[in-house]
Order: sequence, then C-alpha cells, then structure tokens
Amino acid sequence: MSIELLKGNVAFAEAAVRAGCEAYFGYPITPQTEALEHMARRMPELGRVFVQAESEVAAINMVYGAAAAGVRTMTSSSSPGVSLMMEGLSYMAGSEVPAVLVDVMRGGPGLGNIAPAQGDYLQIVKGGGHGDYKMIVLAPANVQEMIDLTVLAFDLADRYRIVTVLLADGSLGQMMEGATLPPLRPLTERPAWALTGARERDTNLVSSIHLDPEELARFNDHLQAKYAEIEANEVRFEEHRLDDARVGVVAFGTAARVAKTAIAAVRDEGVAAGLLRPISLWPYPEAALRALAERVDALLVVEMNAGQMVEDVRRVVEGRVPVRFFGRTGGIMPMPEEIADAIREVADAAGAGAPEAQPQEVNA
Amino acid sequence: MTTDLVIAGFGGQGVLFAGQLLAHAALEADLHTTWYPSYGPEMRGGTANCTVVISDQPIGSPVVARPEAAIVLNLPSLDRYEPLVRPGGLLIVNASLIDRDVRRTDLDVIAIPADDVAAELGSPRLTNMVLLGALLARRPVFTLDHVAKTLEAVLPERHRHLLPANRAALERGAELADAVEVAAATG
Amino acid sequence: MTVLAAEPLLTPVYEYPKSLTHVPTHYCPGCTHGVAHRLIAEVIDEMGIRQDTIGVASVGCSVFSYRYFATDFAQAAHGRAPAMATGVKRANPDKIVFTYQGDGDLASIGAAEILHAAVRGENFTVFFLNNAIYGMTGGQMAPTTLAGQKTSSSPDGRDPATTGAPLRMSELLAQVDGAAYVVRRSLHDVVQIRRAKKAIRRALEVQRQGLGFSMVELLSSCPTNWGLEPTAALAFIRDEMVPVFPLGDFKLPAEPAAAAGAAAGTGARA
Repeated sequence: MSIELLKGNVAFAEAAVRAGCEAYFGYPITPQTEALEHMARRMPELGRVFVQAESEVAAINMVYGAAAAGVRTMTSSSSPGVSLMMEGLSYMAGSEVPAVLVDVMRGGPGLGNIAPAQGDYLQIVKGGGHGDYKMIVLAPANVQEMIDLTVLAFDLADRYRIVTVLLADGSLGQMMEGATLPPLRPLTERPAWALTGARERDTNLVSSIHLDPEELARFNDHLQAKYAEIEANEVRFEEHRLDDARVGVVAFGTAARVAKTAIAAVRDEGVAAGLLRPISLWPYPEAALRALAERVDALLVVEMNAGQMVEDVRRVVEGRVPVRFFGRTGGIMPMPEEIADAIREVADAAGAGAPEAQPQEVNA
Repeated sequence: MTTDLVIAGFGGQGVLFAGQLLAHAALEADLHTTWYPSYGPEMRGGTANCTVVISDQPIGSPVVARPEAAIVLNLPSLDRYEPLVRPGGLLIVNASLIDRDVRRTDLDVIAIPADDVAAELGSPRLTNMVLLGALLARRPVFTLDHVAKTLEAVLPERHRHLLPANRAALERGAELADAVEVAAATG
Repeated sequence: MTVLAAEPLLTPVYEYPKSLTHVPTHYCPGCTHGVAHRLIAEVIDEMGIRQDTIGVASVGCSVFSYRYFATDFAQAAHGRAPAMATGVKRANPDKIVFTYQGDGDLASIGAAEILHAAVRGENFTVFFLNNAIYGMTGGQMAPTTLAGQKTSSSPDGRDPATTGAPLRMSELLAQVDGAAYVVRRSLHDVVQIRRAKKAIRRALEVQRQGLGFSMVELLSSCPTNWGLEPTAALAFIRDEMVPVFPLGDFKLPAEPAAAAGAAAGTGARA
C-alpha cells in the first residue's frame, strides 16, 4: 500500500469500491461530480451497479431499493441535491436499511454557489427529513480520512442498520493530498432480512409503515434504544494541543484543519490554544467537550457557516465557559490569519477575567 | 519548513497540472503536500489557479491568504496576486502575455517570456514547465532531476515522448531565472 | 361395484392462489384492486416464481398491497416505487420485480420516476391501477380524472382549461425506446378481466426474458369515491373511462415473447 496523490472525491469513491459497495446511484452536481464519474467507470469494470439517476430524489430511492435488497450501496451529492434526498433518508431510517451518503457541502441557501461550506450541519445532524431519526455523521478533515471514514461508514451502517453520512465539503472534495487506499475487500453476504426472494424461508418485508400508534411508538422506542447504543459506542474526536490550552477551539472538517494552522501561529506568540475536533458529529463528543469546558477559560467555535454546530457546543457546555463563534459564509474558507485573530480576541477577553461573561459573537 | 505558492492563469495553460506535478514530486520526496484548485462553472478558457503547500509537517490549511510565491501566466492573475504575495516573496511572471511591469519593489521578481521560450523549444504547451523551472531555481525544494523523474511517473503513456522536451523546458526556465539577480528582498 | 380409489371424486377448478396471503384486504366493496391482486397472484403461481418475486408497494389505496402477496416486498415512498424497484432489481437481476401503483402515485408525484425507469429500460414490471381519482385520501382529482368529473378537489367537475386533461400514461410511455411492453386493459367485466390476466402474464414473461420495461395499465373502479354502486362503477369504466383511455397494446416487444402472450389483448387500439 503506497501513498498516492488523490483528489478527495476520487478517494472516497474508490474507498467505497474497496469497502465492497455493490451499487452506486447518483446525479451530477458540483463539487462532487468526480465521484460519480469515478463510479461510472469503476463499478461496471467490477461487474457492479452504477446508475445515473434522473434526480437526487430518484437516486436516494434507488439506494433505498438496493439497501432493501441487502447490498452495500451509496450515493453522493452536494447540498442542494442532498436537500432533495431528505424524503428517502427518512424512509430509510424508518425501515432500518443501511446505506452511505456523502455530502460534499457547498455554499447556500438555494442554488448558492459551488464553493466549500459547512451549512448542512443542522440539516444532516439534526434530521432534515421528517420524524425522530438519526444518521451517524462522520466529518473528515483530510483526504486520508475521506477514505478511512468512508470504509468505516459502510461498517457502521451495516452494524446498526442505519444511514451513515460522510459530511465533507467542496475543499475536501476538490483538493489533492497524499493518501493510502485500503485493499479491495470481499463483498458482504446478504443479511437475513433482505429482499432476495422468499426461497426456503418466510417472506421478508422492508417498510417504514406502522399505522397503529402503539406499534409506531414501540418502533420509535426501538430506534431510540439503538441510537442510545450508538451514542455509547461510536463517538469519535481528535484532541490537538489541548494539554495546557486556555482557549479551546472547536471545529470540524476543513474549518478544523485551517484552525490548526491558526493555533500553531498563536502558540508561537504564547497563546495557549488547542483544538477539539469532533469526527462524529452524531453521536457528538459531548463528554470530551464537557471535560474541556471544565479546564479552559473560553471556547471558540469555528465553522464555515453562520453558526450551526455552535448550538450543540452551547447545549453541551451549559454556560460553564463563554462560547464564542467565528464563521465565514458564502463558500469562503476562513483563512488561518482570521482564525488566529479570533483566538487572540477570545484569549484577551478570557484573560480579562470574565468567566461569567455572556456568549458573544466575534464575527459572523 | 513549509513552502506555499499559487499558480494562476487561463484555463488551458497547464496551471493545474503544474501544481499537481509539484504535489506529486513532494509525495515522492516523502513530504506532506496539498493541492487546492479553483473550480468554477466555466469549462473552457476561464481563469484557473491552484494553491500548493509543501511541508515536512502535516498541513493544516490548504489555502493561504498571502502566498510566499506566485507564478502568474496572464495579466488578470498578476493583477490579482501581485498585492497578495508576502513581502520578500517570489513572483514569477509570464512576460509573453503580460506587458506591464511589476509595481511592488519588495518582491523577488522573475519575468520570463515563457510562451516564446516554449515555442522555441517546440511546443506552446511547455510554458508551465519553463515557469516551473524558474521556480525551482529560486526555491530548490526539489532538484530538476527529481521533478523530471516524477513527470515520467505521472505522465500518461501517450505523452511519454514529450519527456525530453519537458526536461529541456524545466532546465531553460531555471537558466533564465539564474540569470536574474535575486532582488535584495527583506522581510 | 368397483371403487376407483386413485381417481378423486372432485377435481379442483378454482383455488386460493398460493401467492396471496390469507389476510382480508382493506379494499372497499366493489373495488377492483382485489381482482388485480388475484390476477397477479394467479400468474405468479402459474409461472412458479413466487419464491423469486419481489414486489414494491406504492402509496395510495395499494399502500398495504404487501400484506396480501406472499412474496418478498418493499414499501416505497409516494411515487418512488420505480426508483426503489430499480435498486431492488439491479441488486437482484435474476429475480422478478414488480411495482404496484395507482394513478396519483404513478402519473402525478411519480411521473419522473416512471418515465425514467422506462427510459433506462429497467427490466421490471409495473402494474398501474388507473381509477381516475385519489382513493386513499378521500377522492381528490388525479392527473387521470376525466374532464367534468366531480371530485373533492374539483367540486364543480375537472376543468381542462385550468387543470388539464386526463393524462394517458400508457400512450406516453409507449413512445420511450426502453419500454418493451406497454398495454392497457380493464377490469370492468369477465372478458376484460381474462384479457388483463393474459397481459399480466405476458408482462412478466417479457421481464423474465430480459426484454426491458413492461407495464400493464388496468382501468379500475372506485365506487366509494365515485359515489356509485359497484355495478354502476363498472359501467362507468366501460362507458366513461374506456373512451378516454382506449384499451389496447401500445408497445410490444420486437420479437414474440411467450406463447402465453400471443393471444393477449384486443389487438389494435379500440
């Protein structure tokens, strides 16, 4: 296994192939189209399924069908396309089929633009579709993680019969970086519940309908119990230079990696800053964040949106320390210098000794 | 030790490929690298740029507000990046397409008629290699040998016959850069 | 007196299909969904494919069709059955896959999905129950509602000037190269029901031979939402719907499919 220079979109697509994805359904949308193009060539080469759907609505329902048939399946898209998939995602949650979705986020709302953004956090992490459901959400910050977390996404999806989302952005999709691909894995067996024809067994049904309220309530209880198990077992995060930190930066994905550059810069000036990077956005690393809040003077949340994950940070921190926010919208990537300035401001404010100070926006 | 630079020009001038070649060369040399492209709705003839970061440490930001070096292949790119290059940084200009002088005085400026040099070497598509040669003369992160070997590894089979011409273009660019006195750049 | 022990005294001529479950249906009295279910189940039995068949239910009155067929089943989102069936079939190319959809599901919210399934020549079969109304939600106007037909959302009768004219899906889909077999039948009397069954058989044969997209449109009654007695509802199909939705074969495979289908249909368009 050697290090290759890989584009993020190609890297996650090939990682899916290696993880045993048997069926890919997608629709072209910038900035993820290279993934669709890669699959258009690779899947037929391996005798697997590739379909360019007529819409993202159709693509996610094709994924639903292939998932119901028990094969590893996925789609990838970008923000406006992902909005169209919300219906299918809710149905898939309601019938507990496993699948992987990659959202290479771009600037919104509406058609917005094609530049990197993180404005889908609330839509993906909090639901987006109707009903009480969760999806496991993994946020890569480099091309190697685009690969590793895609493989993990398939494994988690199967283990919990849940949709797992790789929440990336245009930068991660478009950039090239050195990374290592895993070997090609054998295909998975069809699970016993899958639709394969009722040969020598009772018939199987994949459905999200539970018309009787008591029955639907019991199903929801079952889902919530499953989600609690995932919350107990599948939290992932990275701690970076937090040992002596007085200011904790909280950021995910591209914003987090840019923040690392900013942290290196302010540390050269003696500002003790570090980074907590949630890798699983759901389940959220609540315990780690709470522990961090106990030992720093202030937290700074950095996002490529107008302030979405910061809601989770404030929910978890419960006022223990001031939580401030720095974000860029419009598909503009924050520059290390801007984040460094925001860290300095937060450090100054915290050093002035106001732990009870109200949360305040540095810049939106 | 981190090097970052921007390469910018029209689409079709080999801007993205030149950046990719540097990133490949960095990987071959066991260095960390990121290559970050502009990507836009225009398929042909628009402006293109990429940012390449090379470091012996894991790389945080793949983008830089103020690059340490820039290679500009056309006038719009000079207009955009001249103000952004860090003081004391390097600015390499394709003089064949840019007929104005660089205004800043705090940069190490190399102006090379790269399109004309490429034409002399037999192919207008060698412009990017001429400019890359100039870059490597000033920022010897890699030897020309190393870049030429990388090129051999990444060039598709059907383009292998172009290797000698590419090598010549890199060398010519380096020679032309060496002939320019390093500006007494400070800080 | 000789006793012929080996000869049964009675020969069964009519059995409960093995491909139907014994669950009582929720359909209204006089509704033809039950007839359509039975025909499909009989054909699945006759072809011996029950254990190799996967159905995809839609949203509408047929939302519970999965309860009544003794085959593997998926329940799709409204209109998306052809997309879901695409996934099911592509993952199970050696199985027989069918969707069972009503006119609101197929011709309105799922118009894009049915069209493009046909465009791709997806090798599954669509059973399209056209009763010119939204049944499950209580009798609203559908794309197939007749001009002047009163529904709860066209209380003065459908006005083509503002709501369009009935959409003929079979004729539309027959134009698509990927469609191999597209026919319209009716369930309003015994003769038509027998023709419908032959078409169902032929459609599944077309799929089994891998010839591409197949669809059987079945004109169906909705006595409850039409406000008609069951027999009057059947007459409504014959007298009002058939003139707007002519019965016939709109697309047939280039080569003859199975012998069973050779005599199917009413020949040229009525």
